[in-house]
Amino acid sequence: MAKKTIGESREKMLKELVKHFRESRELLRREWVKQMTAKGLLGGLKADEIENESARIYDTCVNCLETGKYEDAQTYAGSVAERAVLRNMTTEQVIGGFLTLRDVYGRSLFMRYQGKAAQLNLALSIYEPVANGILTIVAMAYIKSKEMVVIQQQQEAIRELSTPVLQVREGLLILPIIGMIDTQRARQLTEQLLSAIRAKRAKIAVLDITGVPTIDSKVANHLLQTVTAARLMGANILVTGLSPQIAQTIVSIGVDLSKVTTLADLQSGIDEADKLLGYKVTKGEQIVSKIEG
Amino acid sequence: MSEVNVMEVPILKQGQYLIVSIQSALTDADFLRLRDNLAEQAGRYRTRGVIIDITALDVMDSFACRTLRSIAHILRLRGAETIIVGIQPDVAFAMVQLGLTLGDVTTALDLDEGLAILRQKIKGDRTNGV
Repeated sequence: MAKKTIGESREKMLKELVKHFRESRELLRREWVKQMTAKGLLGGLKADEIENESARIYDTCVNCLETGKYEDAQTYAGSVAERAVLRNMTTEQVIGGFLTLRDVYGRSLFMRYQGKAAQLNLALSIYEPVANGILTIVAMAYIKSKEMVVIQQQQEAIRELSTPVLQVREGLLILPIIGMIDTQRARQLTEQLLSAIRAKRAKIAVLDITGVPTIDSKVANHLLQTVTAARLMGANILVTGLSPQIAQTIVSIGVDLSKVTTLADLQSGIDEADKLLGYKVTKGEQIVSKIEG
Repeated sequence: MSEVNVMEVPILKQGQYLIVSIQSALTDADFLRLRDNLAEQAGRYRTRGVIIDITALDVMDSFACRTLRSIAHILRLRGAETIIVGIQPDVAFAMVQLGLTLGDVTTALDLDEGLAILRQKIKGDRTNGV
């Protein structure tokens, strides 16, 4: 019985709060914008953007309070976080904005229930968890989307670093590959190799896959296509460093690499390339000891 | 009316060689006309080598491939070696993915490389003849 009354009064208070926030919407929103401006949290935003965003955030928060569900906040937070990253808003601006809004709401409750400690207590006990919940959701979504951007940039950087095309002599390129090759990396590798052949006017490229643990039929076929495409551009590709496992895999999955020149290791690949290009490497006097001395 | 759409491909004579530079996308009819012109001129100038530069082509379809292949075969019968030069990287890869091949036709990176290969081939022929 007692529990029910508490439930009922909570229910009543919740309705009262929602009504209060809806009625004083303009007043509180203006107050919020004023405080944010004073704190310098609105830098880089246009006046109409401030109007729209503050109205949307305000309504979202009141909706969350009314329904007790945070889906609206989740959706909104996701979108605002993405846009914030695009606009290069700082973390301080985003989190600070929501903290200020929480303060504005809280302060308005204190004003409303001045001198009525019990009601204020009830109002705060309803309002506080919702405010904290929204703040947590926004902060998490914001951080997540920031992390995503960083991760994407790093992946991009790693991918670019993972396929270096190096020129060792006039007309000779080498491409050491380390790590697994997936379809995307294979495509990138092809792109880089073919454009390097064009840019550096290479006649031979040595593709060293010593550092590749395994290969599947898709990637093997892709390599084969790359070799054929390079030939159309007047360049030859030598593949070196096929490990015993990869050699066995290629034979057992039935990829025909008979049209591709394959050699045991990078050294024999470079030797063969020298021979084809007409380079002769002769051993002269060794000068390593002189340099060290 | 029809003359507006005709793309005349210039065929330049350079010593023993003919140099063809395709400057824009060609229709099937343009390709056939190029084939006929080349077949005729190669004999007239006693050409030993023909270089077809397709740097400007950013699309190669099966008809273009087949015609280039047949041009090479026809010219071989007329006593000239054909070299296709300037296939762009993405065009090359697209051709391979579509299964389009140039068969036994020699390809080279650009005009310079093509001329170098022709010189070598013709020199080789002469020493064989002697």
